[in-house]
Amino acid sequence: MAHVLTRSLDRSATVFLLVVAAAGVLIPLSNLLLPAGSMFQVPTYLVALFGKYVCYAILALSIDLIWGYCGILSLGHGAFFALGGYAMGMYLMRQIGSRGVYGNPILPDFMVFLNYTKLPWYWHGFDMFWFAMLIVLLAPGLLAFGFGWLAFRSRVTGVYLSIITQAMTYALLLAFFRNDFGFGGNNGLTDFKDILGFNIQANGTRAALFALSCLGLIVGFLICRAIVTSKLGKVLIAIRDAESRTRFLGYRVESYKLFVFTLSACMAGVAGALYVPQVGIINPGEFAPGNSIEAVIWVAVGGRGTLIGAALGAIVVNYAKTVFTSGPLAPYWLFMLGALFILVTLLLPKGIIGTFNAWWEPRKTKRLSELAESAAREDGVSEPKMAE
Amino acid sequence: MLTNALKKFRAVPFALLMLFSMLLPAMAGPFEDAVAKFANDDYSDSEDAVGAIATSGNPLAFSIISALQDGRLMADPDSKKIYLTQPDGKSIDALTGAAVASVPDSAAAVRLNNHLRRAVEAALGGLTLSSPDPEKRIEAAQSVYKGHDEAMLPLIDGALQKETNKSAKQALTEARAAILLFKDDATEQQKLEAIATIKARGDQEALAMLTDVPADAPPAVAHAATAAVAAIQQRLALWSVVQNAWYGLSLGSVLLLAAIGLAITFGVMGVINMAHGEMVMIGAYVTFVVQQTIRSHFPGLFDYSLVFAVPLAFIVAGAIGVLIERTIIRFLYGRPLETLLATWGLSLVLQQAVRTMFGPTNQEVANPSWMSGAFELGQISITYNRLWILCFTMAVFAILLAMLRYTALGLEMRAVTQNRRMAASMGIATSRVDALTFGLGSGIAGIAGVALSQIDNVSPNLGQSYIIDSFMVVVFGGVGNLWGTLVGAFTLGIANKFLEPVAGAVLGKIAILVLIILFIQKRPRGLFALKGRAVEA
Repeated sequence: MAHVLTRSLDRSATVFLLVVAAAGVLIPLSNLLLPAGSMFQVPTYLVALFGKYVCYAILALSIDLIWGYCGILSLGHGAFFALGGYAMGMYLMRQIGSRGVYGNPILPDFMVFLNYTKLPWYWHGFDMFWFAMLIVLLAPGLLAFGFGWLAFRSRVTGVYLSIITQAMTYALLLAFFRNDFGFGGNNGLTDFKDILGFNIQANGTRAALFALSCLGLIVGFLICRAIVTSKLGKVLIAIRDAESRTRFLGYRVESYKLFVFTLSACMAGVAGALYVPQVGIINPGEFAPGNSIEAVIWVAVGGRGTLIGAALGAIVVNYAKTVFTSGPLAPYWLFMLGALFILVTLLLPKGIIGTFNAWWEPRKTKRLSELAESAAREDGVSEPKMAE
Repeated sequence: MLTNALKKFRAVPFALLMLFSMLLPAMAGPFEDAVAKFANDDYSDSEDAVGAIATSGNPLAFSIISALQDGRLMADPDSKKIYLTQPDGKSIDALTGAAVASVPDSAAAVRLNNHLRRAVEAALGGLTLSSPDPEKRIEAAQSVYKGHDEAMLPLIDGALQKETNKSAKQALTEARAAILLFKDDATEQQKLEAIATIKARGDQEALAMLTDVPADAPPAVAHAATAAVAAIQQRLALWSVVQNAWYGLSLGSVLLLAAIGLAITFGVMGVINMAHGEMVMIGAYVTFVVQQTIRSHFPGLFDYSLVFAVPLAFIVAGAIGVLIERTIIRFLYGRPLETLLATWGLSLVLQQAVRTMFGPTNQEVANPSWMSGAFELGQISITYNRLWILCFTMAVFAILLAMLRYTALGLEMRAVTQNRRMAASMGIATSRVDALTFGLGSGIAGIAGVALSQIDNVSPNLGQSYIIDSFMVVVFGGVGNLWGTLVGAFTLGIANKFLEPVAGAVLGKIAILVLIILFIQKRPRGLFALKGRAVEA
């Protein structure tokens, strides 16, 4: 374990983890301990907002893992995110109990409204937290496994895969909009009361959820780093850059892809599960193909294949979205988002972090070699090995 | 005694005179008797009156009964006179039709109950049977057919003898059959003939009528009715297949129209253009602008608005396409995933631009007169706009195919897509061909927008609703093959419409999406895949 950790953490990764950990500890503490109105106190609405960004960052991380390192551009990752969210939402609905508008102890309000007489079979077990959490992982995971098994085995690649993932999330969007599908139809699931016995609106719960999201980001990041720095990660990169050659070298490309695709879907599901209690609603709109594509652009802005960039891109783009859509510039937000898509792909193909690295790396090596040279001069002996 | 008798005799002429003067109008016929009954304001009396008036043949009959229906028939209980307030506010005497200055205050509208209302409707149906307008007569015959009221039989028989219009005669015969079928004292032979007539009609209403034949009818009649029901059901099932096929063709033509431009940009050039739907949307807005201009400056040319809109939409969308290719796409050749993202961004910008210029709401685009309306073909109704779009789509497809096959530009396009470097060595300006090909694909999307503006809402989101479907069509049909797109579009359209009645509209669409996803696993390159070395590139 320690070996994996040291291998997967370079300096920038360590800095990133420390920043996330610090945010995960300091923001909740400042919200809870400092008096309201104090300069350093983070208001509760901001805690929820930042919590949302962190969930998006986990989603971006999961996309970067498959797109940045394995070349699979999924335009349907929002579906896995939403599925995780729905699993969490179903748990939260069951927790409402008899406090709903209709006061039915078993059936959620929308089912009473739609004249359900008993709970559909797939709603059973969601009153137990552990079961809901299991489904948060299993629902997206199984869907991704089934979908990926079919797609990768028949070598559906590139844009074809992108288009059918988009069709997948579109089909789910249509399905979840249906009232008789049993997931609340158009309105989705909302009106949550508490989670594990804690009031979902309380400051303490929100702070804890934020801290948990940060923890989720840290764990997700560690998993991704561990994968991409391992031999498995090298194979993934090989698949990204030359799929046929990797296959000819004797690697079972589809197994690698399937593994990383399923893992990524599970991560997206967890992100969705953390997202729902913080925003208080999950509805079919989350399945919209546009959402999934937007998540891809976060990764592109931050820098694909960098992991840190994905998380950073998610936070930066969403912060910009919040700022612009709430201000007088709201009508221009879509222009900006559209321009962002175009400019990033045209001018900044490596994203913020990638471009920064490209600019920084030569300087770093130059400085290192200069250091080595001066050290060598001081020694008075030139050792050719050092120059390498 | 004598004096008494004399007195009597003296009194007779006087009494007779009195009687005549009082009864003259009433004695003149059943019509007058009937009208007088309204004065009692009694439901059953009124109903008798309605029946009698309807069969009297008096020219005022129609106005009286329709006035009764609208509550414009006023009865004065004191003078027993009936007045009729006409829709323009003037009043006439219901008996004579003479104008009266004013209706006395004591007069009140004759009241109606539901039973009476039905009788009124049936009577009106019967009265319009003699309308000079054949359309009205057919309508009336159909309402009699639905009500099959025995009392109407003499009227129908009378009308049948006078009728010269062929379809009106048919409608009357059917109405007569419907009445006979439910008339208790009709002969078995009459009933059997009636069943044959209704069976020949063969639609849902005929079916409903034949299933209503009471079970205690004579065995021959009941048997004939059951057989006719089965025959009609079979026929209707056949027609519903035809109808679904027509709907499917219509949807397929819309899909083909939306996808055909994509088949060029994606299929031939390999460029993923997510802004393709927005080109369609721009074409629809061009139509809107053209119609607005024509409406305000040359209203007489309105029927030709689409004739102007089609080339204009091609030019506008094509020019935007060339612009996009020169400024964005050409930097992204060979990077399909990046192209996808950039063009998605472009689609957001274009949508928002149109939203800013024209507002987010639906714009009204009208059908020219030659595209509105519908005609009946057997049991299905075919709207002209759908038919025109089908023809238009096929024309666009044929022109495009011919263009690629027979023109110099088409030849260059095929050369560049097959082997770019070889084409360049042969002196083809590949980058110019790229721009023109992309422009052509976009221009065709613009033309599609003109057609879609006739059947869909023209809003900034118009393109969004077609983009996933279009990609499905192109991917399903096979990339790089226009015929594949054609087959793909019609297959998906027809499959969708045949699934819809079984599974419902949304589930049907989901099923199609799932089927395509599974199909692509089986044949990753679509129905008509390109074969050869280029495939794995």
